[in-house]
Amino acid sequence: MKKSMPSIIVTLVLFIIWQIIAVKMNASYILPSPLEILQKIWELRDILIGVHLPATMGVTVLGLIISIILGLFLAIIMDLNEKIENALYPIIIASQTIPTTAIAPLFVLWFGYGIWSKVLVTILITFFPITITVYDGFKSTKREMEELLITYGASKKDIFIKLKLPSALPYFFSAIKMAIPLSIIGAAIAEWLGAQSGLGYFSKRMMTQLDGAGVFAPVVVLSVVAMLLVSIVSIIEKTLIKWRKEI
Amino acid sequence: MLEFKNVTFKYSEDDFYMMKNLSFSVKKGEFISLIGQSGCGKSTILRLINGLEKPENGEILIDGKNINTLKDYCAFMPQKDLLFPWRTIEKNISLPMEIKGVPKSEMHKKCVDVLSEVGLLEYIDKYPKDLSGGMKQRVSFARTILAGSDILLLDEPFSALDSLTRMDMQEWLLKQWKHFGKTIIFITHDVEEAIFLSNSIYIIQDRPFEYMEKVKINSEYPRDREFLKNTEIVALREELINKLRNRREQ
Repeated sequence: MKKSMPSIIVTLVLFIIWQIIAVKMNASYILPSPLEILQKIWELRDILIGVHLPATMGVTVLGLIISIILGLFLAIIMDLNEKIENALYPIIIASQTIPTTAIAPLFVLWFGYGIWSKVLVTILITFFPITITVYDGFKSTKREMEELLITYGASKKDIFIKLKLPSALPYFFSAIKMAIPLSIIGAAIAEWLGAQSGLGYFSKRMMTQLDGAGVFAPVVVLSVVAMLLVSIVSIIEKTLIKWRKEI
Repeated sequence: MLEFKNVTFKYSEDDFYMMKNLSFSVKKGEFISLIGQSGCGKSTILRLINGLEKPENGEILIDGKNINTLKDYCAFMPQKDLLFPWRTIEKNISLPMEIKGVPKSEMHKKCVDVLSEVGLLEYIDKYPKDLSGGMKQRVSFARTILAGSDILLLDEPFSALDSLTRMDMQEWLLKQWKHFGKTIIFITHDVEEAIFLSNSIYIIQDRPFEYMEKVKINSEYPRDREFLKNTEIVALREELINKLRNRREQ
């Protein structure tokens, strides 16, 4: 609690400043006040939490799971084989230069308004930090530890299972903590660009109605969900990896 | 038992040779130390013995057989303890046995035996973070013993310890050596440590070295700290230090 006190104070101060400016401006279609946004969330709670949040979470969870599988697969094969690493690494980096908001409508064109076009956008944004971070985790393995295992007669598989996987575990959790907000952002962007439900879609609909608080309300819900999920992952990480500082 | 025959070696990234036509031998059950300046090639000798590096020429023999044809002939104990922080002490010292596919019940029994021997049985389920520096080195030694080899290669294992712990560990190591009856090749920067522990000391020459001067320590075991105060031993220590310093100045 003591640790988080400064950030709580700064956040409160920012909200107070925001509240004062919004009240002075008195144009809630441009800048709604934090209290108006909270009021809007309460008014729309059934439709936000009951209808649109599950739609966005469906895309997020599916995109995140596929990204984790893809990210781990790419990290592992790049670590195991230098030729594969040389072939894939530049392509993976290049994939991040694609402007997601520009390519997302194309996915809608190719895959329709169903869930898969949105999942694809989510994957495109999310798999990268997982791949690169876990790959760095494998590479961070201490050379001396690897050599020690070699002197015991360890095979490549032994080294991978007994040394590289545990060494990369803290990196994996960091990757997941980065990937959760990104997957939510990806899902929301995809819904914003073409969808029939979801918090991104809802936010866009409120925009067309010039309802400033209505645009912010789903964004706040998404942020809270992201923070909650990251906190859960942090708790699991602390329980599983008590030795993180020892590496 | 161990024999270097005309071994020539250079690291691929270097443009100089570490050693040329080096020959020496170690008898079964001996405790020998290698001393020399930093970067002179002490650790390279151990890397050649444990197969992490291959000689450009010459051969390394164990009981007359080339090490390329052998497995599990030596066990290496590095300078840092290199204990895996995610493994308990038992799991850490089991590593060499796990790799060799020793059955679990047998592994547990051996771990209990060796941990009792090194005085750390009560820490069997603890993690490395719960141990002091000296204890970690004892665990690292236990892991080396459990590799099941007759030759132990110890690369400055006590260099990171404070001087009092270091003295305790030296006395402890001598007892362990007698108990397990292994052949030990020990690297150190510390002339006094080498004298206290070894049957013989090899002094490494400047690079590339073609021979190592062998100094025999004519004193019986067990040894205690008083032995280091003998006039002959004090003179020998000075002589060795001067040799090393002269080589540095050359």
